Amino acid sequence: MSVTQANSPADLLLDRIIPPRAPFSAVLRRGEVLRIVDVAGQQAVDALFYNAADHQERYSAQDTVLAQNGPYLGLGAVLLSNEGRPMMTLTADSCGRHDTSAGCCSCESNAVRFGHDTRHQHACRENFILELMKYGMTKRDIVANVNFFMNVPVTEAGALAVDDGISAPGSHVELRAEMDTLVVISNCPQINNPCNGFDPTPLRVTILGGAARSP
Amino acid sequence: MSEPSEQDRHRARYLALREAAAARASSPPVFPPPPVQLAEADRLQHAAIPAGWYWCGRVARWQSLRIANPRGAASVAALFWNAEDTSERFNPGDTMKLQWTARLGLGHLLFSDMGRVLAAITADTAGGHDALAGASTPATDARRYGGAQTRNTRDNFRLGAAKFGLARRDVGPCISFFADIGVDPAGQFVWHGTGPAGGFVDLRAEMNLLVVLSNCPHPLNPAPDYPDAPAEVTVFRSAPPGPRDPCRTAGEEAIRAFQNTDACFAS
Repeated sequence: MSVTQANSPADLLLDRIIPPRAPFSAVLRRGEVLRIVDVAGQQAVDALFYNAADHQERYSAQDTVLAQNGPYLGLGAVLLSNEGRPMMTLTADSCGRHDTSAGCCSCESNAVRFGHDTRHQHACRENFILELMKYGMTKRDIVANVNFFMNVPVTEAGALAVDDGISAPGSHVELRAEMDTLVVISNCPQINNPCNGFDPTPLRVTILGGAARSP
Repeated sequence: MSEPSEQDRHRARYLALREAAAARASSPPVFPPPPVQLAEADRLQHAAIPAGWYWCGRVARWQSLRIANPRGAASVAALFWNAEDTSERFNPGDTMKLQWTARLGLGHLLFSDMGRVLAAITADTAGGHDALAGASTPATDARRYGGAQTRNTRDNFRLGAAKFGLARRDVGPCISFFADIGVDPAGQFVWHGTGPAGGFVDLRAEMNLLVVLSNCPHPLNPAPDYPDAPAEVTVFRSAPPGPRDPCRTAGEEAIRAFQNTDACFAS
């Protein structure tokens, strides 16, 4: 477990509480650090990453898990783009394991998974669509995302399920931008599976300047 | 006694769905054996895909696509789009979580991002198809084959997508057929091989599809040399699914997904 603090108030570029079910986006300059705190514990954070200068270069979950030879993300994981380039490095992680295979919830998949009566519940993909449209992108640009603090074990027999979250109140990750990166986050609204403890809660997101930490 | 909370009810429903999926996995439905030889009159398109190359084509609803591995040494990665609205495409995350498995095979469905079924796996004599670990890229080929000039799936997908008027942004995560990949308790991928010589999968299109297939060695395949392993693809006429079709009745998730899919074709 590694905990870092901003060296001085000047390092703190942004500090925001993301309410339950809400989206967030920001452009990080290379070397800046995104810190995401699961304030109350067991809260999934769906995240997408795009090269700020070329949105067609974006996070590739499959390239990332292939390069590290396993499906779970943890401390030291390098998030690769569809051009095979590092976008973000997981430089701190007090949770231990994160998913990037199970995708985000959508109204459409909720209706199939849990019943047609769940179609009209807010979902991560609704957040992604609205947030991406601010940058000129559409649903076409949504790819497999990272699910921070989401626990999706895969058994040797291949069984895959969203299990109870293993993040405690205050669990956090830090991601160092390896290129200028547009980060899009959905504070997951899902209430039909254990990814949010069946009760979505807030996140705290901070962006820390790069100068103090990458000399 | 107090009423269960909303959270308790949602947890109970989740656990019931999970148990039903586990029960299905332990006693899968029985499928009739597929014809090894397709009747000449039913063959609509047929192509060999040389090692390193790709195929792109259209498959209409309820036609089927056979992908074959004659020498058992190839892996074939695939992307699928709805031909009428290419913003709808294969979604591996939904495909795995809606069916509670990362090990895809006979009887499983390939889901789009819209809660609908792109295709159903109606025959599978190979066993072991992967939607976790992706496929080859220039970087994985460079690591495996050094400076050799090799062709990779990422670029094949871009070329195939371009021939449907699509762009780099339309090339998303894929499924790899003939790539049996597990996850060990330490969280590492384990390679179980490409299946037998002569193995094949049949996919029945459940909507009108655009398909790109790429026949490049999987990056987790430990074979040291780039294999000279052809793949074959055949689009063939198949019977429309009946009401007791095992793919269409494989649990309540599948039933709802087909309700969503068939609604697009109601007339």
